Amino acid sequence: MAGIEVTALHKRYPDGTVAVEHVDLSIGDGELFVMLGPSGCGKTTTLRAIAGLERQTTGDIRIGDTLVNDLPPAERDIAMVFQFYALYPHLKTRDNLAFPLRAEGLPKSEVQERVAEAARLMRLGPLLDRRPRQLSGGEQQRVALARALVRRPRAFLMDEPLTNLDAELRADMRTEIKHLQGELGATMVYVTHDQVEAMSLGHRIAILNKGRVEQIGTPLEVYDRPASLFCAAFIGSPPMNLIEVEVADGKLRSQGGLALTPPPGLPRDRRLVAGVRPEALEVTEPGAERSVPARVVSAEWLGDEIIYVVDHSGQRDVRVRMPPTVRFAADAPVGLRHTGGTPAVYDVSTEELVA
Amino acid sequence: MAVSVDEAVSTGPARDHTPPARRLGGRGRSVLEIALLTLLAVVMLFPVLWMIETSIKENRDVYAIPAKFFDFTVTLEHYKDVFVAPGGGRSALSVAFLNSVVVAGVSTLLATVLGVPAAWAYSRFAVKAKKDQLFFILSTRFMPPVVVVVPIFLMYRQVGLIDSKLGLILIYAAFNVPFTIWMMKGFVDEVPAEYEDAAMLDGYTRLQAFRLFTLPLLVPGIAATAVFALIFSWNEFVFATFLTSSDDVRTAPPAIAGLIGGTTTDWGLVAAASVVFALPVLVFAYLVRKHLIAGVTLGAVRR
Ligand SMILES: Nc1ncnc2c1ncn2[C@@H]1O[C@H](COP(=O)(O)OP(=O)(O)OP(=O)(O)O)[C@@H](O)[C@H]1O
Ligand SMILES: [Mg+2]
Repeated sequence: MAGIEVTALHKRYPDGTVAVEHVDLSIGDGELFVMLGPSGCGKTTTLRAIAGLERQTTGDIRIGDTLVNDLPPAERDIAMVFQFYALYPHLKTRDNLAFPLRAEGLPKSEVQERVAEAARLMRLGPLLDRRPRQLSGGEQQRVALARALVRRPRAFLMDEPLTNLDAELRADMRTEIKHLQGELGATMVYVTHDQVEAMSLGHRIAILNKGRVEQIGTPLEVYDRPASLFCAAFIGSPPMNLIEVEVADGKLRSQGGLALTPPPGLPRDRRLVAGVRPEALEVTEPGAERSVPARVVSAEWLGDEIIYVVDHSGQRDVRVRMPPTVRFAADAPVGLRHTGGTPAVYDVSTEELVA
Repeated sequence: MAVSVDEAVSTGPARDHTPPARRLGGRGRSVLEIALLTLLAVVMLFPVLWMIETSIKENRDVYAIPAKFFDFTVTLEHYKDVFVAPGGGRSALSVAFLNSVVVAGVSTLLATVLGVPAAWAYSRFAVKAKKDQLFFILSTRFMPPVVVVVPIFLMYRQVGLIDSKLGLILIYAAFNVPFTIWMMKGFVDEVPAEYEDAAMLDGYTRLQAFRLFTLPLLVPGIAATAVFALIFSWNEFVFATFLTSSDDVRTAPPAIAGLIGGTTTDWGLVAAASVVFALPVLVFAYLVRKHLIAGVTLGAVRR
């Protein structure tokens, strides 16, 4: 296993599309690193550049201590799992697994041993003699993972490997991948646009937008203090409420009078926005202590929680996460209260976290 | 080209997928359907049938008036004449057939060997001005053979390719390569590039990846394309007539055409030669029919 170092990566396709503007990544040995971002932000391109399937326009890629810029994919010693699994349709599972080993020219007994081991790890025993089209989506995915495993590569690259599975299977496979990664101590770069997947899997998450890295951090850091307005609006379901605030008598105040504790070191004379998580707010009876008047617009009942959408003077569609026991009717006048700690504060003009 | 794609697509099996309920409005409709189809088949197939009949009739039955449909003596004399010269030894026609086999076979092979990798390259790589290049390649097919045959005749005379099998092979290959590239590019586009990506990560070179993974998946497409190329070369008449003259180079189409005319025409021989000429392509298409249908309908299958 080895770490991966990406420096000032820039990729422009021949047709002029700039897929990756500027990306720096430093992925540790044995780390499960997730790249998260909306469609078209350059995740796949970055991954393919690391794999050697695309040549970057500028920038350096190191795997372990080796500068791999000019190495073909075959010599980079990494495995990749594709969104569309790319199992060879004319080969049985067994041969699909053995193929990468035959490329290395391993002796037959060794190949058999490794295939058996990977099959055991991914519980593929009964599927070994079937062809890909005779396998379900989840089974194909397991075979694809096993094929990546057999070679014992220096790193694994995964491009949205679970997108084609249904929700339940996806959760299972997520657990499985995480477990496997831990067990093997594998370096893994995992691309997804599903933030739940990113949160639950990643040791660290890189959030990409328009070919740039917006933030790199642990899931907790990324959730608690999104580095930019883009991250703030991207992470969380529903994401943070972005509330315009002003500094007045030692408090952050919204137009409607909601008062938040200001973080230290706020710049003066800037237009500011506070990012407030839905769970840092509370819907109360109207006129409750420290609450401001608001009105329920709608409620999404999700079983284990209710998401209230409320208006409070001038600030529309504030989302509040409440336990399912608290019920307010639509259109009812209510109170809105901040219960969380210090919010993240953003500069409207730079769109970045200021404190 | 002799066979259009539509003909190839509308072969039986594809139709069979229509649910019976939608296909037939009831018994009466199916009877009508069968009657119409039979009528159509008879009209379409009558010349073929007549050709086959003529080829096994004795000469006096061939010229009999009124024409004899059933009560004639069956003879295989004409078929013997196709292959054996009157004085014994090989006939000119049999040499022509052999030439046709060589010319059509080699030119198809050449077009396939050149066209398939080219199609792969156009499908997989970012080539400068790809669309313009592809259009240029296709445009070489815009000229009908009769238009280009004279300049080619002059060029061939200069380089000494006139009246040679090699000359015919080259011109047929040149005509088939654009077609092969275009048709094969469609098939290559259908094969996900990820197979090759995965193979390259598994330790294979790009060419190995193509050979080991993409090529096997292209076999139906190659078969379909090769059949079309083969049919073109097999049936080609204009170039063959203009560019060859001697009996030991001439291919079957001009050789058969040469039988007609003069003072008398041995229609029995013409018919027998035509049957022999039609058979190989039919047999070949029949052998690869599975691939043909799979090939022509490949795009319809979700991957
Ligand atoms: N071969 C190519 N040629 C030209 N442009 C491309 C090519 N591949 C990708 N792009 C463009 O580059 C940008 C980034 O693409 P990329 O596939 O890296 O996005 P992504 O983050 O993986 O998106 P998704 O989540 O949809 O998979 C997109 O705008 C895309 O249209
Ligand atoms: Mg992608």
